[in-house]
Amino acid sequence: MTADLDALAAAVLGEVRRQAGPAAQATVRVEQAALALTRFADSAIHQNVADERVTVHLQLAVDGGRTATAATTRARPGALADLVAATLAAARLRPRDPDWPGLGTPAPPTSAGSHDPATAEASPAERAAGVAAFVEGAGGLSTAGFVQTASLTTVLADTAGRHLRGATTSAIGDGIARLTGADGVARAMTGRLADLDCAALGARAGAKARAGVDAVPVDPGRYAVVLEPAAVTDLVAGLVSGQFNGKAVVDGTSGLRLGDQQFDPAVTLVDDPQGGVGLPFDTEGTPTGRTELVRDGVPVGLTTDRRVAAALGRTSSGHGSDVGSTWGPVAGDPALSAGDGGTVEELVAGLDRGLLVSDLWYTRAVDPKRSVWTGLTRNGVWLVEDGQVVAPVSTLRFTQSYLEALAPGAVTVGSVVEGQPTRLMGPMGYNRVAVPALRLAAWNVTGNAAG
Amino acid sequence: MSTANQIGAVPAAVDAAAFDAATAAVQAALAAGARYADARVVDRRHESITARDGDVRTLDQTASVGLGVRALVGSSWGFAALGDPAGDADARRTGARAAAIARASAAVPGPPMELVAVPPVQGGWSSTCLEDPFAVPLAEKAALLTGVTATMKAAGVAVAEALYQAWDTRTAFVSSEGARIGQHVVETGAGMHCLTMGDGETQRRSYPAFRGQYGTRGFELVREIDLPAHADRIAAECQELLTAPQCPSGDTTLVLGGEQMSLQVHESVGHAIELDRILGWEAAFAGTSWLDLSQLGSLRFGSELMNVTIDPTIPGALGSFGFDDEGTPAAARDAVREGVWVGVLAGRDSAAVAGLPYAGSVRADGWARLPMVRMTNVGLEPGPHTLEEMLAATDDGVYMEHNRSWSIDDRRLNFQFGCEIGWEVKDGQRGRMLKNPSYTGIGPRFWQSLDMLGGAAPGEWKAWGTPNCGKGQPGQTGHTGHGTAPARFSGVRVGVRG
Repeated sequence: MTADLDALAAAVLGEVRRQAGPAAQATVRVEQAALALTRFADSAIHQNVADERVTVHLQLAVDGGRTATAATTRARPGALADLVAATLAAARLRPRDPDWPGLGTPAPPTSAGSHDPATAEASPAERAAGVAAFVEGAGGLSTAGFVQTASLTTVLADTAGRHLRGATTSAIGDGIARLTGADGVARAMTGRLADLDCAALGARAGAKARAGVDAVPVDPGRYAVVLEPAAVTDLVAGLVSGQFNGKAVVDGTSGLRLGDQQFDPAVTLVDDPQGGVGLPFDTEGTPTGRTELVRDGVPVGLTTDRRVAAALGRTSSGHGSDVGSTWGPVAGDPALSAGDGGTVEELVAGLDRGLLVSDLWYTRAVDPKRSVWTGLTRNGVWLVEDGQVVAPVSTLRFTQSYLEALAPGAVTVGSVVEGQPTRLMGPMGYNRVAVPALRLAAWNVTGNAAG
Repeated sequence: MSTANQIGAVPAAVDAAAFDAATAAVQAALAAGARYADARVVDRRHESITARDGDVRTLDQTASVGLGVRALVGSSWGFAALGDPAGDADARRTGARAAAIARASAAVPGPPMELVAVPPVQGGWSSTCLEDPFAVPLAEKAALLTGVTATMKAAGVAVAEALYQAWDTRTAFVSSEGARIGQHVVETGAGMHCLTMGDGETQRRSYPAFRGQYGTRGFELVREIDLPAHADRIAAECQELLTAPQCPSGDTTLVLGGEQMSLQVHESVGHAIELDRILGWEAAFAGTSWLDLSQLGSLRFGSELMNVTIDPTIPGALGSFGFDDEGTPAAARDAVREGVWVGVLAGRDSAAVAGLPYAGSVRADGWARLPMVRMTNVGLEPGPHTLEEMLAATDDGVYMEHNRSWSIDDRRLNFQFGCEIGWEVKDGQRGRMLKNPSYTGIGPRFWQSLDMLGGAAPGEWKAWGTPNCGKGQPGQTGHTGHGTAPARFSGVRVGVRG
């Protein structure tokens, strides 16, 4: 599927000028997306999908702040005229938006994105080969998971004269191996399918499952923990969505204290679309550079779009999204810097008594201001004594403040950073989070399999 | 039980050309080696308006049209989708692509698989819409939302937000078995909430449910819920919560309001009875289920008050349809009868694997997504009591309303819910307000502690709509319905702290 995205964007802007006049302000974003995902369960491919689409997004403002947005997958000339007409009619009917920030100032993006043609054109057979490698790597255990390839090309143009183009690709391998009630997990997300080692992921998941058989319950209470990268991903996702999100600061639901030593000095967090799989500009056309969020344990930055930035007296950090008005501007490519804690095994060796946790599941905010989340462990927990893993543990429920878990004196950061898939606000379904393992002084376990 | 929707002619709203594209795609998939294929052309409009603190915040309209094709080659599936197919050639290319993907699936094959038989229907169905939400002037809809948020803001809350949404979905379905089905479904919903900020805390109140109320209905639903009549009340409650005492911690008698019960049913019953989870097809993501098929028909899920139905025929409920997305006519079915687990949510392939004779619960989030096992309307039938009787019969307990957070494990056993508001119940009386109420439990143990069930009073049982049920990879958002009434449970752990 090929479409002339530049011509489509120009056609929509032409319609805007024709129908709304020269004073109208409009941003057009034309996306060509292709997503293919091969799922497997019981070591067989059971769902295998691919979809392609071109979507035209329009944001239109007339009369100095009567705004409306619209999107369509109908990308033909007559349909584009209808899109503009409907959006214009909607905009004229609504009251002025007192917080309409206007269009952005033209600025060049810092890159064109990271687009790998081989990943964009990956065949179903290549994804099936990835699945076969994972299954084989698990060494005969039952396996389940998926291999995904995705590509996105975006053209953004506006009535202020901007015309931007960016493209990106991503590949994910994600699966579990299963053995008599124990699941082990391994996952990775990269910009290129060629960089995924599905056999290694399968082997890692298999080893974890074998180590998890005959799990026993432990009592609720406070435990020191080592969180593997998959689990750390959830913690970072919770913080960037609930604390560093500028809308949460505007609303007053964030408990962040900018400039204070709120986190352990070992914690440094940035959002880095260029190092991840992000586009070089956001949905408002603002370049997506590196945003510092925590430097040596001190919160120093927020994620903002133009509206939130105006409310905070800042400039946009380039985190506009189609769902930003509801969920706020959220970091799409967060990266937690490596520390000096070494490998997962070395982090475990420094634990007198505690838990090694592979993965977290179904986490939900209980107290947004304190960043208290409840959720469960998944895909493996182990009891650690005197620096040694001594027994697998059955699923645990926790209710824990993520802010307090990373407080000064509480954190040792591992040295090996892994790219993990997670669901934040990405246009391709998954975002990439780069995180090492962490050792934390306390984690509040509030329930086990017995309740 | 057995009820079904009346099958009619293909609705006029469904474009005849859509059937041509679907037919071409199916033919191409068969020509490319598929032994079964089906195709859907889906044309969906969505409109949403949000308001905040008295101003319109967003006004958004989307149109999404495209073609999705399933092809079965041997026992391997393939699915291909294309936005806005330009004609016969695009449709045929998409059908052939689905078959090619199915052939690739056979590189890592599963066991032989068949589909349970479904009579191929030629006909259609439309939801009942008394007032087209898209025809209601935008200015009127915006004024409703700005009005209620202004009211709440003036009452002193920190943030006041309101939302209206509507979908108009027209589907043409064609299968290689001869099905040719048109459906036209209109869904509408709205809601509002407010926040107050205290010293290190945030409190929230919402109406009529934490994400609003939704149904396969028109704008009459929005008029019925009457947002303006409740704006002052929830604003006042939200402020009162800041000074209310904390919900105590410990084991007690718990009374839940109907809206919270709908999420309790959704999470701990609805997802647990999804056959794809039970078979392990969702093991790596959505999870599995604690239910074991060998115990279907004998396992005690809950107390004898517990009667759960799978019923896509409830007029106006959000999970209602005439046909699911593989062409199976809607029909009501028991899931739990007098506390015993007796039924599942199934599709044609999963039912065949499980040896069950019925499907009917396969749905897709638009043209670009693969139909998969999903909830329809999974609800708890009304019981013999009223909320007032439950409170009067409780010596010591807590009454909670409106969901605030939810979490449950990957087998659908260990859950923890937080609610927006609670009240102490002492000696049969609703007492002082409690903030940060929460409760936790293990599914079957919790349901077996169900000792009183509401619905006897007029209006207590309602079909609540959940417009945001996530499942699947790539991710899909499902619209489900849950008929519930207030209920009482004994010996429940409440007041879980972080």
